[in-house]
Amino acid sequence: MTITQIEIQLVAVVVAAACALPGVYLVLRGFAMMSDAISHAILPGIVVAFFLVGNLNSPLLILGAALTGLLTVVLVEMLTATRLVKEDAAIGLVFPALFSVGVILIARYAGDVHLDLDAVLLGELAFAPFNRLEVGGVDLGPQGLYAMGAVGLVNLAFILVFYKELKLATFDAALASSLGFMPVLLHYLLMGLVSVTAVAAFDAVGAILVVALIVGPPASARLLTDRLSMTLLLSVVLGVACAISGYWLAHALDASIAGSMATMVGVCFAACYLFAPRHGWLALRRLEHRRRFVFARKVLAIHLLQHEGTPEADRECRADHLQEHLSWSPSFSRTVVQQARQRELIHQHNGRLWLTPKGRALAQKSVVDV
Amino acid sequence: MELLSDLFVALFTDYTLRTVALGSAVLGLVSGALGTYAVLRGQSLIGDAISHAALPGIALAFLLTGSRMTLVLLLGALAAGWVATLCIMQVSSSRRVTYDTALGLALSVFFGVGLMLLTYLQQTAGAQQAGLDTFLFGQAATLVTEDVWTMAGMGGAGLLGMALFWKEFKLLSFDPAFGRSLGLPIRALDVLLTTLLVVAIVIGLQTVGVVLMSAMLIAPAAAARQWTDSLGVMVGLAVLFGILAGVSGALISSVVPRLPTGPTIVLSVSAIVVISLFLAPRRGLVWRWMRERRSTRQHPALRMVGEEGR
Repeated sequence: MTITQIEIQLVAVVVAAACALPGVYLVLRGFAMMSDAISHAILPGIVVAFFLVGNLNSPLLILGAALTGLLTVVLVEMLTATRLVKEDAAIGLVFPALFSVGVILIARYAGDVHLDLDAVLLGELAFAPFNRLEVGGVDLGPQGLYAMGAVGLVNLAFILVFYKELKLATFDAALASSLGFMPVLLHYLLMGLVSVTAVAAFDAVGAILVVALIVGPPASARLLTDRLSMTLLLSVVLGVACAISGYWLAHALDASIAGSMATMVGVCFAACYLFAPRHGWLALRRLEHRRRFVFARKVLAIHLLQHEGTPEADRECRADHLQEHLSWSPSFSRTVVQQARQRELIHQHNGRLWLTPKGRALAQKSVVDV
Repeated sequence: MELLSDLFVALFTDYTLRTVALGSAVLGLVSGALGTYAVLRGQSLIGDAISHAALPGIALAFLLTGSRMTLVLLLGALAAGWVATLCIMQVSSSRRVTYDTALGLALSVFFGVGLMLLTYLQQTAGAQQAGLDTFLFGQAATLVTEDVWTMAGMGGAGLLGMALFWKEFKLLSFDPAFGRSLGLPIRALDVLLTTLLVVAIVIGLQTVGVVLMSAMLIAPAAAARQWTDSLGVMVGLAVLFGILAGVSGALISSVVPRLPTGPTIVLSVSAIVVISLFLAPRRGLVWRWMRERRSTRQHPALRMVGEEGR
């Protein structure tokens, strides 16, 4: 690995970690698409700030962009508050309008300046090491690393300081506000952080990857754990893993780094969605399958109990009758009968099914439960 | 006035302007009509997700056929958008993943895959990346008559589907539980309606681009919603607003130098939304304020209870 490769990966890792932290709260609050809106809507803020300072590397650009990000949030909330449009429609109305303003400003007034739309949306991580931070002539490393590092630390500090408050505001906003925790203020602070994160990150990875890194790792982590603190930790770990594996995928294919990292985010989520131990698709199917048979064995036992000692018992308590009476398929009936025998709930004699004491107890208990 | 009449003449004589205006009108028509359902069903942002998700389809269509024909690329976009839709529906049916999270994931991951494919193509096949810019930001000026026909054909098919299943889609939008109890295949209808939405989204990509397509889907319908409570009237108005925004955006951007068409169309349609929010009778904000003033004048006590008391 060359120094440049290491530096690119370092920037990617820091971006991933910084995005994942506020991302957890966005995902939990159902605001995932706000990250998309903010990362697009910051465009006019960057353009206007650029016109004012005339320098693409000025920190004022970040400020301008962050303010537009907040403006997006405020406009969406105002539109929603009129109750004339739903919240998702409000988001979808606000950010394209702001983005349009940005595109028009660039087309009309910045045609000859290097303010590339592609770079805003797609980013180019490979260029991250070219902008160096130098203090007194000493090269300290890529500028992006320090900018993202600072943003990541601010995110971490915010979450550590307001951990309890954020938790309460996320899971029970009404209780939080009645206890005087000002969830609205927290909401705006969080959105402000998302704006700053998106702005600082888009330079390195582009607006679309920002969305992938904000939404993807928390969504994956949520499938793996039920605890908030673990979700935060896992999100960071998964985000970092996606960043590094994405970098090497891009390296192998000689393709876009941002695109490959987003692809890895997708792979990671798909894996969690399918194979997560408790909430994964496979685990849920297996659980469903097992429950179906548990229930079927109870039904069989109850059925036998119902007809025990009655005149029609000879006709009812047969394996081949279950098909007709309970509309089970022949193979399903066979499996259930076999399972019930293995568990010593019933025994078969002269082609008839008899309840064992254990089976009778189960049937009686199940009837009471129902 | 002279400018306006010149513009009117140019609309019929100038080839580029005529094509762009027609294309924008078709786009406004189709997205206005189908967007109505997206807005009513609380799926406004699906346009944003699907338009981004179409990128890998375009890349693959180009890779497999080597063709740059609009129809081929749009079919690729359609396929990818459709796959993304199914992914969104499947993933968001899980209790652990909310709808907005599924949208954000589909949007960014599909787009990322597309970006990776495109940059990979560029390296290996020596293919130009040309088309990506057009795709991202729209390039209405590159529309040719053939494109408009393609758009009209696909859009027409989408509208036909909507007309055929009008009653079913209405039920799906307002009371899916009742629909299910009537024995309607609600899930299949859901897939069908979303597929038609994908069609509407895909035909707008060349004109307004990925980012702005979602506005074309939402804005006409959101504006139309303010003027009426009837689904039929709402679809009609949304179509009208969509066409109005498309044509006026195309005209304005042709008159003012260096004014890109897509963003101008979006700002036109946003203006229609703002006007509707304020002025629409009964629901509009102006009417609401007037009503409040009247009621506080008639019942001064209401002023003391203020906002909360109502």
